[in-house]
Amino acid sequence: MRAIPVIRKELADHLGSRRFAILFFVIVIAGVLATYQAGQSIRQDVTKDPEQTFVFLRLFTSGNPVSFVSFVAFLGPLLGIAFGFDAINSEQQRGTLGRLLSQPVYRDDVINGKFLAGLGIISVTMLCIFFIVAGLGLRMIGVPPTADELIRILFFLVISIIYVGFWLALAMLFSLLTKQAATSALASLAVWLFMAIFVTIFAGFIAGVVYPTTDNSPAQQVLDHVGLQQNIARISPAALYGEATSAILDPEERTTSGLVLLSDAQAMVPGALSLDQSLLLVWPDITATIALTTICFGVAYYTFLRQEVRTL
Amino acid sequence: MAALVETQQLTKVYGERTAVDHLNLTLNEGEIFGLLGPNGAGKTTTILMLLGLTEPTEGTAAVAGLNPQKDALKVKRLVSYLPENVGFYDDISAYGNLAYTAELNRIGRKQAQDLIEEALDEVGLSERAFDKVGTFSRGMRQRLAIADVLIKRPRVAFLDEPTLALDPDGVNQILELILKLRRERGMTILLSSHLLEQVQRICDRIGIFVKGKMVALGGIEELGVQLASNGKGRVVEIGAEPLSDDLIAALKAVKGVKGVERAQKMLLVSSEKELRPELAAAVSGAGSKLLHLRLQTVGLEQIYFRYFKES
Repeated sequence: MRAIPVIRKELADHLGSRRFAILFFVIVIAGVLATYQAGQSIRQDVTKDPEQTFVFLRLFTSGNPVSFVSFVAFLGPLLGIAFGFDAINSEQQRGTLGRLLSQPVYRDDVINGKFLAGLGIISVTMLCIFFIVAGLGLRMIGVPPTADELIRILFFLVISIIYVGFWLALAMLFSLLTKQAATSALASLAVWLFMAIFVTIFAGFIAGVVYPTTDNSPAQQVLDHVGLQQNIARISPAALYGEATSAILDPEERTTSGLVLLSDAQAMVPGALSLDQSLLLVWPDITATIALTTICFGVAYYTFLRQEVRTL
Repeated sequence: MAALVETQQLTKVYGERTAVDHLNLTLNEGEIFGLLGPNGAGKTTTILMLLGLTEPTEGTAAVAGLNPQKDALKVKRLVSYLPENVGFYDDISAYGNLAYTAELNRIGRKQAQDLIEEALDEVGLSERAFDKVGTFSRGMRQRLAIADVLIKRPRVAFLDEPTLALDPDGVNQILELILKLRRERGMTILLSSHLLEQVQRICDRIGIFVKGKMVALGGIEELGVQLASNGKGRVVEIGAEPLSDDLIAALKAVKGVKGVERAQKMLLVSSEKELRPELAAAVSGAGSKLLHLRLQTVGLEQIYFRYFKES
């Protein structure tokens, strides 16, 4: 693979960078705190009710005020953005791009290499933090994970990496379109803010316009409202990620919809879903996240390959 | 001498602006060619097209017979490029930067080590090999850039303003290095610059580039002579005593002389070929004493300004 020298150099750069040290530090601290909280609450729960199942998974999903999952959902994008926002424009600024492209490497090796190195460092970080959480949690609660839980955690890891990969691709795209690294960082953060906070408000607003509801609206209207709201919110990879992980990590969850009719709830057979059923539930979310990441990277790839060296 | 680099009607148009206008250029193996012109003349664009980094709008370019667009990798293996405002990774050492270049050229670790040491030695940076490039002065960076050019042992090097913003000492070092490259490695070098005196010092041939067009091409001496004679060939000033009609007749009789004019106390002899030895002999043959013999020529600065103004 011709991209290997690029991957090696970029990975070495990232690992030795201050950026990585800071982010890693922040993530570890946050992870440890969240796990500690989770561990405490699980201990209390299990002491009260020893028959509980899927205890290990709760390490990731419970926590006061913030669970591990929610902080990954919140900080993950930052991780992706941090390693992508100056991918191309910093080379331009430093004057190294001309020299780089005059070597016998194809342009796509350069962008592929940078993306893969970014994914590499993200994977390393995520893996580390997962082990820290798992290790610390195990120590605290003393209940080892079952095989099913372990596989679910693995899926969670993979989905998280893909999700952060989306933000990496987005940041790299911005780094291609802007000359200054600061601009691409701000643009990426703006998108993130929009996705994290404003999309739900926006979705609610649109849904309210199309299917207005009041306290006395018929059930169908309310269902349509919520359905539309959810579908619009699904533009945001953050929403997709949230849905996917909640189903994977909580085997008792049976639906991605926020609204469940009482009659349906009463008709449900109690118990947990098996792994393949959980996956089936959120497969569309997973696929959509992969698609978004791929499209983002695809646009960045195409732009890089077509750009004039002068304007690069 | 084989033409190593060749362009035919090479053109690049950016929207309304023609950056390179039907350029015909040949570079022979082992020569140092100077691409001279003001900023924005199209020199860098030409180099980019020769490297395959920019697509020509029209025309062709060939490096060692290869098309830079189609055989991009092959061309980039034989050509080194030193861009204007060259940059390095400041956090990495000089050795590290060169090692990256070597790795991208698929040179094995051991061989790369030898090449890097040799290159750093040649440019006089061996002692600073493991210092971060962020600590280097501009002159050192340019020298490192030349070392970088050498790593892949290229046949051709395109140097874009290699002496820009260097102090006189730095300039000397770079120019010496360039001459050494041609002398010791037989490299062909295309140098692009707007600094006339430096170009004059080392280039075999020059091309004057203004607004995308090559307005003059040839050896500096040749161009100077052409310009001095206003296109009439070569004009030799002769000062002799006595300035008799016999002398004038004798000069006119020399084979190849096109005309003899009288200009105050001197005679101006125009011809196509180099005839100074024959003219000197004719002067003594006519019984006059030769006091002054000079081929009229014009310096590079005047050549440049003349062509620059004409456009």
